[in-house]
Amino acid sequence: MTDRLCPRDEADVVEAVRWAVSESRPLEVAGTGTRRALGRATQEAVTLELAGLSGVTLYEPAELVLSARAGTPLAEIEAMLGEARQMMAFEPMDHGPLLGQKAGQGTLGGLMALNLAGPRRPSAGAARDHALGLRAVSGRGEAFKAGGRVVKNVTGYDLPRGLAGSYGTLVAYTELTIKVLPRPETVETLLIRGLDDPAAARAMSEAVGSYYDVSGAAHVPAEVAARIPALAGLGGPVTALRLEGVRPSIRHRREKLEMMLAGRGALATLEEAGSLAFWTAVRDALPFALEEGARLDAAKALWKVSTAPMHGPVLGAAARGLGASVFYDWAGGLVWIEMPGPDPQAAAIRAALAPGGGHATLLRAGTTTRATVEVFQPLDPVTGQLVRRMKDSFDPGRILNPGRLYAGV
Amino acid sequence: MSGNATSGIVMPEPNADVIARRAEIVAAMRAIVPGEGVIDAVNEMRPFETDGLTAYKQLPLAVVLPSTTEQVSRILAYCHRNGIRVVPRGAGTGLSGGALPLADAILLGMGKFNRILDIDFDNRTVTAQPGVTNLGITTAVAHAGFYYAPDPSSQIACTIGGNVAENSGGVHCLKYGLTTNNVMGVELVLITGEVMRIGGKHLDSGGLDLLGILVGSEGLLGVVTEVTVRILKKPETARAVLVGFPSSEAAGECVARIIGAGIIPGGMEMMDRLAIHAAEAFVKVGYPLDVEALLIVELDGPEAEVHHLIERVAQIASELGCITLRASNSEEERAAFWAGRKAAFPAVGRISPDYLCMDGTIPRKALPLVLARMEELARQHGLQCANVFHAGDGNLHPLILYDASKPGELEAAERFGADILLLCVEVGGVLTGEHGVGIEKRDLMPSMFDETDLAHQQRLKCAFDPDSLLNPGKVFPQLHRCAELGRMHVSRGQLPFPNIPRF
Repeated sequence: MTDRLCPRDEADVVEAVRWAVSESRPLEVAGTGTRRALGRATQEAVTLELAGLSGVTLYEPAELVLSARAGTPLAEIEAMLGEARQMMAFEPMDHGPLLGQKAGQGTLGGLMALNLAGPRRPSAGAARDHALGLRAVSGRGEAFKAGGRVVKNVTGYDLPRGLAGSYGTLVAYTELTIKVLPRPETVETLLIRGLDDPAAARAMSEAVGSYYDVSGAAHVPAEVAARIPALAGLGGPVTALRLEGVRPSIRHRREKLEMMLAGRGALATLEEAGSLAFWTAVRDALPFALEEGARLDAAKALWKVSTAPMHGPVLGAAARGLGASVFYDWAGGLVWIEMPGPDPQAAAIRAALAPGGGHATLLRAGTTTRATVEVFQPLDPVTGQLVRRMKDSFDPGRILNPGRLYAGV
Repeated sequence: MSGNATSGIVMPEPNADVIARRAEIVAAMRAIVPGEGVIDAVNEMRPFETDGLTAYKQLPLAVVLPSTTEQVSRILAYCHRNGIRVVPRGAGTGLSGGALPLADAILLGMGKFNRILDIDFDNRTVTAQPGVTNLGITTAVAHAGFYYAPDPSSQIACTIGGNVAENSGGVHCLKYGLTTNNVMGVELVLITGEVMRIGGKHLDSGGLDLLGILVGSEGLLGVVTEVTVRILKKPETARAVLVGFPSSEAAGECVARIIGAGIIPGGMEMMDRLAIHAAEAFVKVGYPLDVEALLIVELDGPEAEVHHLIERVAQIASELGCITLRASNSEEERAAFWAGRKAAFPAVGRISPDYLCMDGTIPRKALPLVLARMEELARQHGLQCANVFHAGDGNLHPLILYDASKPGELEAAERFGADILLLCVEVGGVLTGEHGVGIEKRDLMPSMFDETDLAHQQRLKCAFDPDSLLNPGKVFPQLHRCAELGRMHVSRGQLPFPNIPRF
């Protein structure tokens, strides 16, 4: 049976970690625990559940800054931002549906620990790019802070950024400060129909490399497009280019892009509502979502692969050769690969990735698989040793989420 | 205290044993870097004795100018084995003394790494050696309409490697980010001589964000030998509005309302009266001289959007009672608006024999308070101060005017500068927005961070460089031995179960 420790404040977190250190008892660091199935499978007897550290502590829309305790629900933050017509511009994806859970769960601490991003990643960055400041408790049982509340800050090492994506293996966040931005007035999506993957990658590269501020570029092959309700009735593969901003600008840019891409394929447009639905589907990889409550060990294994955009279709072709379904975001630089069954075929996927460089993350697989297959891109020996020394510096006793990222870290 | 630094900054005690072995070390360096790549004659080392923080000077043990990653690796491995300190240097334009040599350290100049290795328009990346200038990257891709976004004011001279070390900014940060948001990968040599690659042409490297930690680490963690950056299409249109206000409060309010209206300008700069007058006297571009604060707001992007937004900005400025309001209608006019701002530093250089350029960041709303308090401080210290300000992101550049030939003025200027930075911290801001800590702000670090905060940063240094050989004496006010930092008091099994809710 797992014990849950539920600290009420930072002092409680310090006390819990000190106790765990003195007992050499590893802690599972969690917000509400909804992303437990991400990362390598680990077994800690005690969970440090940070959901009790909740509440927005500072929100100044004119300063584009928000601070909240680590356990604050994202839904609460998004509602507050929405009222001021602002957003987290990195468009954090929601892993819930992919893991057979409800959408709309998760905490700010979890968002940062996983370094979430979405279709706006190439233009607006990931959570890391919006991390301004933090308070946290390291595996030494010491509370500390880093960064600040202003955007431009080079005072000391950039720990708010550097700790993003560390999966709770170095620190337990207690409070985070992020940069927020105005929400675009409206959105439209230009669709190109009928392109094969390489032609789509080329069209996306030209569109993203144009003057016309494309803030999302995704390509969905036919069999995956059929699973996206916003594309109903179109049929065949669809390449989507998102335009956000003020209306006169969107119209101007759409017309220019239509001219630029004329002759590539039939063009269509998604208006605001259709666009919002479509890009949510892309962001959360909804074509590969599971029924709520589905068992992960029986589910089809799912890879999330980041590579050079032009290598995307090469990798996609290899994956389809293995019987997988794929679709592309980030102009081809993010490839979602759903394997034909629970076997992730890791060696084949990683071999196909190698020529383009990048990293393949096994995003969904059963516990047994995640205990035996490297979930994250394996590290070369020099990097591996450096990462171990970083673990030593923050968490020498291997108390915080040990093994969640890499064995021994 | 060592060397001939002119002021109160204490650098690490030079290692006499290393200095005594100088000839042997120089010979070893010559065996690695043949020809003119090793400099040990005093007169030839002079150009390297300072960086952009010219008040501090120190000759290094020797200057070594490698040209290959393998040489860098062998140099660092040798220094690691022999306990010799290393100070990396790019173009030496840094303003915080990050490249100030040490008497017992090799100065590792990266200037010969000056080639662009790969331009990839399809993936929108450039891979360059670290000695390529910031502007050199933009120049290499300009023919296809692309550019590299971060544009520090030293961009003609400063190098991309130095930008990575300092996490350099520029006037376009609010919209396009700092260096850290634009670097995708590096090749890095550790002090052991081990070579590693982080990132590449893909986004987010998965696992720990080593790139995030490395960018802005001021040469304390490793030596970068290759950098991959993302390039962007140059905006289709850019137009600027020049707005003059009778008070800095009104100008500050204008900035807040523009952002409140959901507009993120490509650049938004503010100048105070002294800076406006100095700039106008220097470049004569028609800045209004009857205003207390001048804003340059630049909108860039697709044509239709820029024209639409410029109207909205003009309306906001009018509502706030601006005295001057001019929108650029040609590239020449836009360039003229910027000419004064871009020449602000040399312009101030004309009205004062010397000046110190400070670099704090504040929450924007604190601007009127900070400006008022800075006036008081100026009176107290008996010195003048001109202000230029990246208004969009709250980054202040007060320029403190002084005359180094007058005894005590440099020290007064430094005390004034420190007071300004402490004021920035007091109002919720930070010590440095883009120039780095270096030696200049090193001893002020405890005003922002307590001992535990600093220890967590310094232990990270230990993970990269446990013997503290890379650029010691910079950033952190005190050198601690890694063994001492790493020690952890563990009450093995002695602590009671924590008294917190449990389920």
